[in-house]
Amino acid sequence: MISRADPKTLRLSVLGALGLGLILPILAGLLETGRTGFGYAPALGAISVSLEPWQALFTQPGVWTSIRLSLLTGLGATALATLLALGFATFAYPYLTQKHASRWLTPFLAIPHAALAIGLAFVIMPSGWIARALAPLTGMEPLSGWMWVNETWGLGLTIGLLIKELPFLLLMIVSASTQIPIQQYRRVGRSLGYSDASVWLKLIIPALWPLIRLPVMVVLAYSLSSVDMGLILGPSNPPVFAVFVLQLFSDPNLLLRLPGSAGALLQGLMVIAAFLLLWLIECACKPIGRCWARRGQRNIAAARMAPIVVGSIMLLAMMGGLAMLSMLIWSLTWRWSWPALLPTQWSLQAWQLGQSALGGTVLNTMALALITTTLALILAIAWLEAEDRGGRGRAGWAEWLIYLPLLIPQIAFLQGLNVLFLQLGLSGGLSAVIWAQALFVFPYVMITLSDPWRALDPRLARSAASLGASPIKRLLRVKLPVLLTPILTAAAIGVAVSVAQYLPTLLMGAGRVPTLTTEAVSLASGSDRRVTGVYASLQAGLPLAAYLLAFLMPSLRHRRWQKTMDTRS
Amino acid sequence: MSLKLREITITTPNGITLIQNRSLTIQSGEISVLMGASGSGKSTLLNAIAGHLSPLFNLQGSIELNAVELTTKPAEARQIGLVFQDAMLFPHLSLGDNLAFGLAPAYKARRRREKVDQALEQAGLGGLYNRHPDSLSGGQRSRAALMRALLAEPSALLLDEPFASLDENRRADIRAFTLTHIQQRKIPVLLVTHDPEDAAAMGDQVESL
Repeated sequence: MISRADPKTLRLSVLGALGLGLILPILAGLLETGRTGFGYAPALGAISVSLEPWQALFTQPGVWTSIRLSLLTGLGATALATLLALGFATFAYPYLTQKHASRWLTPFLAIPHAALAIGLAFVIMPSGWIARALAPLTGMEPLSGWMWVNETWGLGLTIGLLIKELPFLLLMIVSASTQIPIQQYRRVGRSLGYSDASVWLKLIIPALWPLIRLPVMVVLAYSLSSVDMGLILGPSNPPVFAVFVLQLFSDPNLLLRLPGSAGALLQGLMVIAAFLLLWLIECACKPIGRCWARRGQRNIAAARMAPIVVGSIMLLAMMGGLAMLSMLIWSLTWRWSWPALLPTQWSLQAWQLGQSALGGTVLNTMALALITTTLALILAIAWLEAEDRGGRGRAGWAEWLIYLPLLIPQIAFLQGLNVLFLQLGLSGGLSAVIWAQALFVFPYVMITLSDPWRALDPRLARSAASLGASPIKRLLRVKLPVLLTPILTAAAIGVAVSVAQYLPTLLMGAGRVPTLTTEAVSLASGSDRRVTGVYASLQAGLPLAAYLLAFLMPSLRHRRWQKTMDTRS
Repeated sequence: MSLKLREITITTPNGITLIQNRSLTIQSGEISVLMGASGSGKSTLLNAIAGHLSPLFNLQGSIELNAVELTTKPAEARQIGLVFQDAMLFPHLSLGDNLAFGLAPAYKARRRREKVDQALEQAGLGGLYNRHPDSLSGGQRSRAALMRALLAEPSALLLDEPFASLDENRRADIRAFTLTHIQQRKIPVLLVTHDPEDAAAMGDQVESL
């Protein structure tokens, strides 16, 4: 009986922690936003339930343009990212191994959204790198028609979203593809005379889709409601809808929080509508795909898309690389005049100027990253261990629970929650920010750790048990050490996610907990690119350092082994 | 001293009956061999005896070791050693530390190291304490896994196809080595295999599934 009571306690405490720490606050935040959005906010002296906030929202200048812009960039970026990722998997499958993926995708996964956006802005703006490279052809004038940053169509924002979300989808495809016998599918399909691209489209992608549906929904929710990327790369008047709502929340006229809350609800509805759209597309594709598969065509025209897909991805990767480089170069610049490709005078001054202000910000950022990652790791390990002890796989609802914080737009519940925290006296403190960040760090840590954890041979732990090791000893002395590499990788991802958090830090910290990200975003709208470059470089540097550590630590252990082997044999 | 299975029935979560009404008694010092094709539920039965059956499986009947009922005890309290086909040495520990992992905590410091060194010596692995398990040959790993299980001083031993991954000419050696060491212990041993030679060489009684 002992063996069966034990897993339940662990499972119940994990579920309790998640219920109290994750679901309850999200629900409370949504409720608070909801009632403010319908005119009930006693703190603001509004106590009549009505549709007035909605009417006020829709009379704001530019609101429809803003909504259209968010739909265009959000749906566009998600559709492109999904098609490109699946296309790349089709045409470049042999290179999509776990090893290649971790090497090439890591920098793009590690770099925070804001840092990438700041760097990218310099690459694509009218006097940026691309314009400078083309200057000899355009008569040495900055490109006036070249308005990719802050222009009305959100093209720059779409590119930025693509550079960040495409690697995430590729990584999810790589990890999903280990659960499908892709090689066998290809062997069977090709021996029946189907081209490789047909095998992918007709056999593999339909099998892959259920495994990547949730990640695509995460990308969809993020792209529709991103605040920091929208601020830096998106149009400014009117901005994308999430930024529009944030501006209503931060207006000195507190009564604008009523239409702001209605807007936050609308943002949530936009995401739900987009999920419905995705579901409809899926429903439509199924019968069409089946008919198509039945017809037995061996070759498809889609194979001709290979150069376009691979070329676009190369181009995006190049722009991302240049974006990262440009921040670093700007931070080391003194003078950089048009149309020089590199600074005309270099200097370390920006780094020295910022030192005193920088210290506290770096410390805040690192402390938040370490604490939230540790909390998330403990919870994730407790969850996975409870699954092991229960002996059953993960239920469908549990998978959704893990993804929940990533599927709801941050702005829809964070402001409401902040109001509640204010009433409890928790707002503006480090603990409120820690909690708000952990909400988003946990899902990513969990997603990263789950596959390798489940891939561990259960007989290792069984051997230990039969040697008399208790469950806790099996966990601490066998499972965790064997899983050291994936645990460190998950920790690095946790650090990257924590460092990148903008809205939770800004709202829950009430502006009193400055981090590299909040500072970089507020500097990005200013004029001094050198100081912005310093903050953005540091912001990107921290997660990269975490990844580097995660890669190096296991190999150090490996080196130690080799030494002992050499001396002994 | 004996391992007694009484009317064991095991059902999978899907309701398929893998083992039906099996009874078996193994006296101490006796080796019982269980033969069966793959998929016949041999490993499931071993998991049930050692305490590794998933809680989703249904187990009926009783398993007694030296007149103590085991079915309600967790795996680590059953004092039943288990050796797998692939040895399952822990990849993050050296060969010696793998053996020390099994050794009862009652042995302290120097005595502990002596016991492990002695076991390594007996297994023909003397001086290899710090070697990484991956750097050993298949036969060396098999011997190490057996020694690790025996250092835990089990009251019964289960062997799950322990020779299946060894090549033909090694198999006889390791079989003899295993036989020598388990016979000294005077404990009940259950060997699961699909190789009739194993049964002929080792079995005091042979059953089939």
